[in-house]
Amino acid sequence: MTGIVGLDEITGGGLPKGRPTLICGGTGCGKTLFSIEFIVHGAMLYGEPGVFMSFEEKAEELVLNVASLGYNLNQLQHDKLIRLDHVRIERSEIEETGEYDLDGLFIRLGHAIDSIGAKRVVLDTIENLFSGLLDQGILRAELRRLFEWLKAKKVTTIITGEKGDGTLTRQGLEEYISDCVILLDHRVANQISTRLLRIVKYRGSVHGTNEYPFLIDQSGISVLPVTSLTLTHNVTSERISSGIPSLDKMLEGKGFFRGSSILVSGTAGTGKTSIAASFAHEACNQKERCIYFAFEESPQQIIRNMRSIGFDMQQHIDNGLLRFHASRPTLNGLEMHLVSIHKLIEEFDPQLVILDPITNLITVGTVSEVKSMLIRLIDFLQSMQITVMFTALSLNTIVSEQTDEGVSSLVDAWLLVRDIESNGERNRGMYVMKSRGMKHSNQVREFVITDEGLHLVDVFLSPDGVLTGSAREAQQLQEATGKALRDYAVNRKDREIERKRLVLESKIASLKEEFESVQDELNKAYVEEELRKDVLEKNREQLIKSRHNEQ
Amino acid sequence: MIEQLTTPDINSDGDGQKFELRLFVTGASINSIRAIANLKHICETYLAGNYSLEIIDVYQQRMLAESEQIIALPLLIKKMPLPQRRLIGDMSDTEKVLKGLGITHTS
Repeated sequence: MTGIVGLDEITGGGLPKGRPTLICGGTGCGKTLFSIEFIVHGAMLYGEPGVFMSFEEKAEELVLNVASLGYNLNQLQHDKLIRLDHVRIERSEIEETGEYDLDGLFIRLGHAIDSIGAKRVVLDTIENLFSGLLDQGILRAELRRLFEWLKAKKVTTIITGEKGDGTLTRQGLEEYISDCVILLDHRVANQISTRLLRIVKYRGSVHGTNEYPFLIDQSGISVLPVTSLTLTHNVTSERISSGIPSLDKMLEGKGFFRGSSILVSGTAGTGKTSIAASFAHEACNQKERCIYFAFEESPQQIIRNMRSIGFDMQQHIDNGLLRFHASRPTLNGLEMHLVSIHKLIEEFDPQLVILDPITNLITVGTVSEVKSMLIRLIDFLQSMQITVMFTALSLNTIVSEQTDEGVSSLVDAWLLVRDIESNGERNRGMYVMKSRGMKHSNQVREFVITDEGLHLVDVFLSPDGVLTGSAREAQQLQEATGKALRDYAVNRKDREIERKRLVLESKIASLKEEFESVQDELNKAYVEEELRKDVLEKNREQLIKSRHNEQ
Repeated sequence: MIEQLTTPDINSDGDGQKFELRLFVTGASINSIRAIANLKHICETYLAGNYSLEIIDVYQQRMLAESEQIIALPLLIKKMPLPQRRLIGDMSDTEKVLKGLGITHTS
């Protein structure tokens, strides 16, 4: 294991143990630093003491150079964990008078190794011997012997070599060291430099063959695999609100997944920054920490602008929940941006990261470089369970299905804010283009920025098409009027019915009276008939009786 | 230039500064044995009585390898007279040894 961030991943476990490794590259590409880290990490992290034999820099210079990385070589030397040895060869002082060998070097190295029980050895840069000594034949034979001897001693060795024309090293050292060869490169494109590392050869190991960018900063070298070798980060189904309730509603009413990556793209002036600020504001309200990387506006500008739509960002800054980091993209190369982002994130440990806008990064790199940087950033953030929101400016007004950076396939959620121009005004429409793992709304919403924040409003679909802005408001007004009219009409009808009922009811009452009088009339005739009948009967009986009495 | 100017002076004086020589060797390797023999011969021929030669086996004193900046062996260091010079090899090339020691051939 080298202990160099990322390298052990690429090599599948570090450098070959007990064997020599050649690190070659041009001037200033970090060979010495690389080997120093190898020694120091070995001593500090893995308990493997190391010998650093320098053919270039003096021991004191080395100590000074790496002190800026926080390594105290003097202390380590004192603790017998490392040993620095400066080999000085002055051509002018030396006269060759016949046959010789490099036994002195062997003895010296052997002594250094034995005195601290070293497991690691660095020879930096052994090719300097070639400039100090003339007899190439002897040197080559002796170097071959040296490497064999180091192998026999079972120390893991790094040999550095300057890159030559057409060959990996000037003196063809790669001929002797055939176990592992790592090539460092330093390339400048568009005035911005990128350091690259490639494993040319590694016997008996499955290693990444790509060129991997690496960085040298205050904490030393870190190699960043272009893509994470494994896609196995944990995921959570926890949701976080976007700060816009109506947007949350479009996302199953719960918002985004924690640890997901969100892209907000849109044309200029569609409110991307406002969405991002809203998200940050909401996160801070939930007492979560947030870093806002601004590549376009200064923090004060953003704070002022967001105050106009009702977000007080300043209070979160004062509470230590929010941090702004504003820098021009041209300030440094992409890799340095990535490093500074990494560092700040590790320092601040936020739950939310915002990059606004990523489109500006294109000014310092090509599309594929920006993409590879973003992939690495997303990988890193996802492994840390940090939610990230990017904003991206799309330059054309036509909805492109692909963002400029080609990151749309990487992100988990993609919001598209778009201008809808009609009836002499521009309005903002918002779509959820994609949102992995949830049933998101497929509706276009109108995106309204008010003094109190951001809202999404249902757009009106009319025979004339989608209505937004004042057209929508007019439509709403029209509908409201229509409703009032309808209500009035309904009321009138109700009253009419009531009246009709009353009329009919009175009619029914009079008919009933009429019926009763007819009935009475009929009854009267009937009673009279009865009475007459009775009287007749009585009269007949009387007549009969009187007849009988007469007899 | 200075070297060439001063050394003949010392030499012509005869009893100028004494030559202080140190020869580092590695045990009994062929090169070492040859170097010792060759050097002794040169010294006796050209510096008779005016030199002190110390022969050191680096295997015996490994610490010296670092302090004396030893890489190639055999190594001859001319401590005195100044300037200090280093000569490597088996001292078979007498011309070069003499040049390295700053001794003009004519003497």
